[in-house]
Amino acid sequence: MEANNVIELINIEKEYFGNKVLKGVNMAVKAGEIHALVGENGAGKSTLMNIIFGMPVIHNTGGYSGEINFEGETVEIKTPKDAMDLGIGMVHQEFMLLPGFTITENIKLNREVTKHNPISKILGPVLKSLDVPAMRKDAQDALEKLGMNVDDWLPIAGLPVGYMQFVEIAREIDKKNIKLLVFDEPTAVLAESEADKLLDAMKKLAEKGIAILFITHRLDEVLNVADNITVLRDGEQVGQIKKEDATVAKIAQMMVGRKIERIERKIKRSQENEEVLMTIRNLCVNMPGEVVKNVDLDIKKGEILGIGGLAGQGKLGIANGVMGLYSATGEVVMKGKKLKLNDPRESIENKLAFVSEDRRGVGLLLDNSIELNIAMTSMQIQNRFLKPFLGMKFFLMQDHKAIREWAEKMIKELDIRCTGPTQYTRRLSGGNQQKVCIARALTLEPELLFVSEPTRGIDIGAKKLVLDLLVKLNHELGMTIVMTSSELGELRSICDRIAIVYNGKIQGILSPKDSDVDFGLMMAGKYDLHSKEVM
Amino acid sequence: MKNLWEKCIDRYGYPKVYITIFLILLIIIAIIQKQSIPDLLIDSLIRIGMNSILVLAMVPGIISGTGLNFALSIGILCGILAGCIAIELRLVGLTAFFVAVLISIPLATVAGYLYGLLLNRVKGDEMTVGTYMGFSMVSLMSIGWLVLPFKNPDMVWAIGGRGLRVTITLVDKYDKVLDHLIKFELFERKLPIGTLIFFGICCALMWLFLRSKTGAAMIAAGDNQKFAEASGINVNKQRMIGVIISMVLGAIGIIVYAQSYGFFQLYQGPLMMPFLAISAILIGGATAKKASIGNVISGVVLFQALLTISLPVINKMMPEGNLSEVIRIIVSNGVILYALTKMGGNE
Repeated sequence: MEANNVIELINIEKEYFGNKVLKGVNMAVKAGEIHALVGENGAGKSTLMNIIFGMPVIHNTGGYSGEINFEGETVEIKTPKDAMDLGIGMVHQEFMLLPGFTITENIKLNREVTKHNPISKILGPVLKSLDVPAMRKDAQDALEKLGMNVDDWLPIAGLPVGYMQFVEIAREIDKKNIKLLVFDEPTAVLAESEADKLLDAMKKLAEKGIAILFITHRLDEVLNVADNITVLRDGEQVGQIKKEDATVAKIAQMMVGRKIERIERKIKRSQENEEVLMTIRNLCVNMPGEVVKNVDLDIKKGEILGIGGLAGQGKLGIANGVMGLYSATGEVVMKGKKLKLNDPRESIENKLAFVSEDRRGVGLLLDNSIELNIAMTSMQIQNRFLKPFLGMKFFLMQDHKAIREWAEKMIKELDIRCTGPTQYTRRLSGGNQQKVCIARALTLEPELLFVSEPTRGIDIGAKKLVLDLLVKLNHELGMTIVMTSSELGELRSICDRIAIVYNGKIQGILSPKDSDVDFGLMMAGKYDLHSKEVM
Repeated sequence: MKNLWEKCIDRYGYPKVYITIFLILLIIIAIIQKQSIPDLLIDSLIRIGMNSILVLAMVPGIISGTGLNFALSIGILCGILAGCIAIELRLVGLTAFFVAVLISIPLATVAGYLYGLLLNRVKGDEMTVGTYMGFSMVSLMSIGWLVLPFKNPDMVWAIGGRGLRVTITLVDKYDKVLDHLIKFELFERKLPIGTLIFFGICCALMWLFLRSKTGAAMIAAGDNQKFAEASGINVNKQRMIGVIISMVLGAIGIIVYAQSYGFFQLYQGPLMMPFLAISAILIGGATAKKASIGNVISGVVLFQALLTISLPVINKMMPEGNLSEVIRIIVSNGVILYALTKMGGNE
């Protein structure tokens, strides 16, 4: 054990409901070192941070195994307060600031400098008054350390996003005992110049002897500031490299790696001269957190097109925009017919169907039966499963017999595990809920099926079933499928082509057989810059 | 034993089980007090028929996703207005009743439409907004009752000849026309068979409606708005339909209530009526998001039987002065309070 290690993680493992998300991670951060932690979404970075910061979610789900040494002593961090007492600070991705308070008040919140007044001398320290000048001085000192020049008495509301990030950091470094500072994707919301300033501030802090753990997707930032780099993939520690040995390409390759065996198709189709089913031009979608900016994309008939990319880059927005769930502008042409955007009914009438990434929020009627879930959309839009009431055409009744028959057929074909077609979907497992969503989409008999995050939150066995099902649909019914997923391995296992979205735009379209390096670079938005040196 | 208890709770939910136990307890006390049990039961039955349609009016509101219709008093006002118009036209008997119903439907439809426009602008706060909307409309109509140009001397104040009275009696008009439509006597008391049949027909129509295409769309809109939008359902339209049907049923409900009760109560009369209907359906096991015809029937039976039987029992227990009245108010409001705490269901 080296004496100057601030924190050492030894063989950390963590399970969520039998699903191993961390498989033996070892790392150490020295005082004054900037240690970067990189990995795809779901690689286990956030879980690791939650363990270090003692977040309740860890202990509510059975704790972790392994050992954490802080300054040479084995510690057990059970609550965020334990972490703070040890001197661990965290800068969150989402700002935890009170907008109506001033910068100083936010920095000193719950750690205010107080002084006695006549009343508090009698009635106790609770009524001590604030020593505002002392607080402001502390706040100014902290801001200065970061190289930030701003009036500390301004309210948070109305400050630029970058400033808010700095206030968060100032709050952490104002804590006198701070020894380790964790940055959870601090640059995700910042503009480039702001990000540079932040990186400079990080370097300054490191010089003062604070150990820094830095989580990010942006590989050039990693190269810029980090002394050591740890790469996680699927909860495994893939490698640890020193700054001197690292290149963007190398990190990208380690991040992506080879994961899933490709489900080989029986029929090889020629990729060229195929009919284009849908052309998307200049599509902009205003979906919060997944903004799409001017996407052009051609979807060929009979293919499985994958849309990949990191979270928040806009890959989910494309399907949601085409289906009219979020406000979109641009041109979408399906088989020569221009689609009216922002109208889900129009999309469904034109033989599109969508399995939403938000299964419980958008995909299901949780308090209704499986059969009603499966039949609902088709009933409302295509007037299927209906019969006139006593011969009156304008009063359409649900045809329960037809609905039941169809639901039973779907349950059998998709192997939905349930007690029967009348079971409420709330009580189904994630995988079976997903199958109900797919069954509903299939009931529409679509020509083009959008599937978003089909395997999110379902166990590994069910994942394979869902992917096999998609391949089968494509294969046997010739259905064109656009699958959006955060899991690159999944996309590479079944797709014909994979479009990678970065910063709201299509960065490029790759074949699933392309190298890990290409995928890694594209997802990091560095393909154009580095593609030559890789080739 | 414990197993049976858990099974009961699981199947019927806490409110139903507790209220049933309380009701059985009251009946046992009534037997000990040597009260006339048949009388109590028949009284309950009359009260059940009287309130049934008002409780049914809660269903479309809940299903379309606007929650419990705390503004049902708006529909009730429409019904009272229609009832008064029927009296003004000097109609009597069943004709008067059905004319009142027919007049009330367009009135309630217009009121429901306007109220629906409001609700579609305050999504998520329907129940709070509804409560105060109901209160303000009752107050507004208090002015209305004074200035509306009704002339029938049976209804207007005897002195001055302007403005409707607080209580309008239906004797010699359409008092009990539905209750006594079908003659059936038990223990020398007439049973309200006609009203119960009318309630049955309304339930059947509601049941059919919920199984229509529009009903399905409404269920989808109420269960998951985003799902409904993604399925091309016009959520606002479905909510509007739900509110209108609820208001129409509220209007018909008060006319049924009045013919059985024998009076229309104007001015502050409708103020708290939505709460009685809401409590009944909640005790029946409905939540702010989910309701069925079964909830309506079991709820109105349990709640009204409880109120009817508790009164004489408490009267006998403490005969001195108006203490029994105080206890009665505590019991009925206590049940309402208990029902409202169960708004979110068992979870």
